[in-house]
Amino acid sequence: MQLDAGQWAHVRGENGAGKTSLLRMLAGLSQPDEGEIRWLGQPIKEARAQWHRDLLFLGHQAAIKDEFTPIENLQAASALDGEPLSDETALRALVRMGLKGREHLPARVLSAGQKRRVLLARMLTRCAKVWVLDEPFTALDVEAVQALGQVVGDHLTQGGIAVLTSHQPIPLAGGQEVRL
Amino acid sequence: MSALVAIIRRDLLLAMRRKADVLTALFFFVIVTSLFPLGIGPEPTLLRKIAPGVLWVGALLATMLGLQRMFAADHADGTLEQMALSPQPLVLLVAGKNIAHWMVAGLPLVILAPLLGLQFDLDAESLGVLTLGLLIGTPVLSLIGSVGAALTLGVRGGGALLSLLVLPLYVPTLIFGAGAVHAHASGQGAGGHLSLLGALLALSLFFAPWATTAALRIALE
Amino acid sequence: MKSRFINWFALANPSSFYPVAGRLIPWFWLLAVVFGVAGLWISFFVAPTDATQGEGYRIIFVHVPASWMSMVIYIVMACWAGLGLALNARLSGMMAQALAPTGALMAFLSLWTGALWGKPMWGAWWVWDARLTSELILLFLYLGFIALQAAIDDPRRADKAGAVLALVGVVNVPIIYFSVKWWNTLHQGASVSVTRAPSMAHTMLWGMLLMALAFWMYAIAVALMRVRAIMLEREAQSAWARELREVVA
Repeated sequence: MQLDAGQWAHVRGENGAGKTSLLRMLAGLSQPDEGEIRWLGQPIKEARAQWHRDLLFLGHQAAIKDEFTPIENLQAASALDGEPLSDETALRALVRMGLKGREHLPARVLSAGQKRRVLLARMLTRCAKVWVLDEPFTALDVEAVQALGQVVGDHLTQGGIAVLTSHQPIPLAGGQEVRL
Repeated sequence: MSALVAIIRRDLLLAMRRKADVLTALFFFVIVTSLFPLGIGPEPTLLRKIAPGVLWVGALLATMLGLQRMFAADHADGTLEQMALSPQPLVLLVAGKNIAHWMVAGLPLVILAPLLGLQFDLDAESLGVLTLGLLIGTPVLSLIGSVGAALTLGVRGGGALLSLLVLPLYVPTLIFGAGAVHAHASGQGAGGHLSLLGALLALSLFFAPWATTAALRIALE
Repeated sequence: MKSRFINWFALANPSSFYPVAGRLIPWFWLLAVVFGVAGLWISFFVAPTDATQGEGYRIIFVHVPASWMSMVIYIVMACWAGLGLALNARLSGMMAQALAPTGALMAFLSLWTGALWGKPMWGAWWVWDARLTSELILLFLYLGFIALQAAIDDPRRADKAGAVLALVGVVNVPIIYFSVKWWNTLHQGASVSVTRAPSMAHTMLWGMLLMALAFWMYAIAVALMRVRAIMLEREAQSAWARELREVVA
């Protein structure tokens, strides 16, 4: 499978076919038994820091701390990436993903869909070139699905790459299909 | 560097919002050390003799209780995975987590120990040696313990298994730490023991974070 | 030389190693029995009666070799585990897993024979001697390794986690031994030592060496048997395993 700037892939298959495993291998979390994953011509094992800088991976789990507010979550995650985030940028991203008014509540009180939106806000604040998203549309309502589709679309237009899995129809055109 | 400070701040902030976990381990330390006189008898010379061992074992066990906290919560909600994908070296983030863990779990023990030592009728100088030993030794406990915590992430029988793995590795720290107080009491001077503790600290500072990082990547596969 | 080199890598495949191991096992058992008989004969009949300890001291012919083997096996196990981690080789991980129970057995045997020796000699079943205490901690390290591998379901993850633990352990064993020795001299001073064996007559040394070799051959034989069982368990679904006589029957 090869993806160039502006292209995206939809990984399909039944439950248990290995979609999540494939995405985790792309991210570099697990090692493939055979074959190699390359970014910009270099195996990701060798240029790990660069790959991590250009990658945004969202797995099944919420990946946010219940004890933190959405804005604290975004800022902590960015700080761990070594790229501190200002309050305005964080707030703007949260508002764009529909969390206006909830930025300063502990994530514990948010619904599953709202927690997902915090993650999606992270997509906006992190300037990654490759997005590997595992079931990103889960727990999102119709509006949020549209919003996310738009965000991914913008990302692709700006020359980004995306790899998605989803059981639901994806509101994006022209992707490669990978069947497992 | 800023990532190191960031993760220490993050973990400290999280610990402050979950004070109960931290305080429970401290109360455990107090209770366990108080059990020994109850079980052995209040005779002062005997208590003075067992005090270093009892306080050190109490510190070991209290540290054990808090070890799982280091990675388990982050592993469960997916933030650990994100850390493994950070452009910053995972080793750096692990070192930060170890430091934060020590500040929350080990440092309070160091502060409490002299107070508890008074219960055992230890004299001021012995208390000093004990506290200094704990100050040098508790970071070693956090560092070695983090390897065990990373290896047993998400594994069945986590807590008990963690104890089995880590307690044998704690033995040298226990021996040198408690031994320092005994050596001081018997007039030999605690210098040798404390330097050995310092050597253990240096060794674990250099090697433990790498072992922990390897173990975390294995757990995340 | 080149063909020998290629041979090693071909052997690293479980399906090739299985029959080779099978052919080697009876030979190692034979060597174990031969060395064992020779060693026991020397220990019981040739080595002289000790002036101070009488006949009871003869148990060191089991105790000392068992101690040696428990440490050697731990180091070998850690090497296999490290190799498996570095090269991502399945067989190395299986070898480490196969060696662990035998190593634990040696440590346990060493502790028991140490106690049996100590009781008639020094009047106590357990003496907090530096060597025995280190042996006890070594046993805990073995048990920890076995428990960790048993608790992790995925065999590859179990191998790798065990490898990290074994490597951490192997670095710590000298530190633990040193600290226990320090502790022992500090607290007991000029005390009796269970391991202060009677000054070695030549024959005694031979007896211990032969017994050590016997244990070594036994350990290899048992480890090879165990690794074959592990291979079958893990690769039960693969083509080569299904074709084996033992499995089809």
